[in-house]
Parts: sequence; C-alpha cells; structure tokens
Amino acid sequence: MADTPQKSVAASRPLSPHLTIYRWPATMATSITHRATGMGLTIGAIVLAWWLFSISNGPPGWESFHAIADTPIGLLILFGLTWSLVFHFLNGVRHLAWDLGYGFPKHTAERNSVIIFALSIIGAVAVFALAWTGHGGYLQ
Amino acid sequence: MKSAQTPLHKVQGMGSSHSGTGHFWHERVTAVALIPLSLWFLYVMLGLAGTSEVTALQFLAHPWNALLMGAFVSFSLYHAYLGVQVVIDDYIHTAGTKIFLLLFTLLSVIAVGVVSLFAIVRIAAL
Repeated sequence: MADTPQKSVAASRPLSPHLTIYRWPATMATSITHRATGMGLTIGAIVLAWWLFSISNGPPGWESFHAIADTPIGLLILFGLTWSLVFHFLNGVRHLAWDLGYGFPKHTAERNSVIIFALSIIGAVAVFALAWTGHGGYLQ
Repeated sequence: MKSAQTPLHKVQGMGSSHSGTGHFWHERVTAVALIPLSLWFLYVMLGLAGTSEVTALQFLAHPWNALLMGAFVSFSLYHAYLGVQVVIDDYIHTAGTKIFLLLFTLLSVIAVGVVSLFAIVRIAAL
C-alpha cells in the first residue's frame, strides 16, 4: 500500500488494519453470514411469492414452477435457502438472547458460533434427507 | 463565535428524534413473531415436498393455513426491509445512491408482498 504512488491524498493516507489483516474469529464469521443469509432470504421471498402465485394458477402454474425448481440448480438454490433460513433462525435467536444480555463472554460467543454453524448445516441436510427418503409429504 | 444556543436546542429536530429505537424495536418484534412462523413454514415445506398440486392447493386453501402463510410473508418482508435498510445504511455513503436503493428496496418488498398475498387470497377463493 505505502509503496504504490497514489494520486489522491485521501487514498495515500495510512489505513488502520481491519478485515484483511486479522484472523477471523468465529463470531465475525457468524456476523457476516447472518447478513449474507438475510440478503439471500430477501431474494428467497421472491421465490416464495413465485411459488404461491404458480399454485394459484392451477396445474399449469405448478408444472412451470417445478420445471425450474426440480433442476439441479433449482434444488441447489432451494437447499441454499433452506440452510439460510435455518442459520438465520438459529443466529437470530442468539441475537435476541444477546439483547437480553446472555451469551456475551468471549469463549461462550466463540463456542456458540461454531455450534450454530454445525447445527445449521445439520438442520438443512436433515430437511433434504427427510424429503428424499420419503419422510416428507405428510400433509397429503 | 460562541453560540448562545444550548446543545439540546441545536440537535432538536435534526435527527431521528422520537423514533430512535423504532427501527431496532420493530426488527426485534418481527424476529420474535418469525420464530414460530419459520418453524411452521419449514414444517409445511417438508410436509408438501413431493406431493401434488392438489395437496398444496387444499392445504393453503384452509383458512388457518392461509392466515399463517400471510403472516409469515408479511412479517418476513417487513423484517427483510428493516435488515436490508441497515445494510444499505452501512455500506452506501452517496446520498443519491442510498435514496435510490432504499426506495427500490421498499417498492420491491411491497410488490413481492402484494403478489404473495394476492396469490394466497386467490388460492383460498379457488
């Protein structure tokens, strides 16, 4: 940074070390992932709206939705949304606990971050595993 | 020149007066509402996985299910808007871009909500 000639004065000023310098604590990873999954789920709301609208269109609508959702990319997106929902749910509950003053000690927060990552992956895989092994569809 | 105004007088009406904690509070209230609603939503998605269009139609046509789906969509979108607003506030520092993105997000969220709620009502009326 310091060796590169900079034209603007602002860009040549020294920058205190941040994101790229430090080793990522698990809490930082969960914080960033919480935002990312939140943004992903916002896009997911469009998928939900499309699903609801396609159902309201009767059989042709249902087929048009599944023609895209049942492709490998469609399933990957649905899996991503499922994982995002489970992660954002678990980490969101932790945020509410933080608001009440629980879970702040450094090692507790680090441990819980790892637990939340693990549980979110287990949860999302479990939902898809149950669906694929025929344990879904119980609302028939 | 030293001003005769008190610091309090200078800031009154300049910021988010009277609504400072509103955003924070609404985000938490919607989050709490979404705890049971998200669990119900996952239960429904898994329960409808691999079924037919008739099953989904009949399920969503039931008044309680239509009501819960409507609540899930509404709380989710309001919560999403509040969240995206924070992200825009944090990363976008140009006034014009910020106002454009906030408006775009608000209108998009309303559009997605209108389509979802219309579809839910339409399914119930089928």
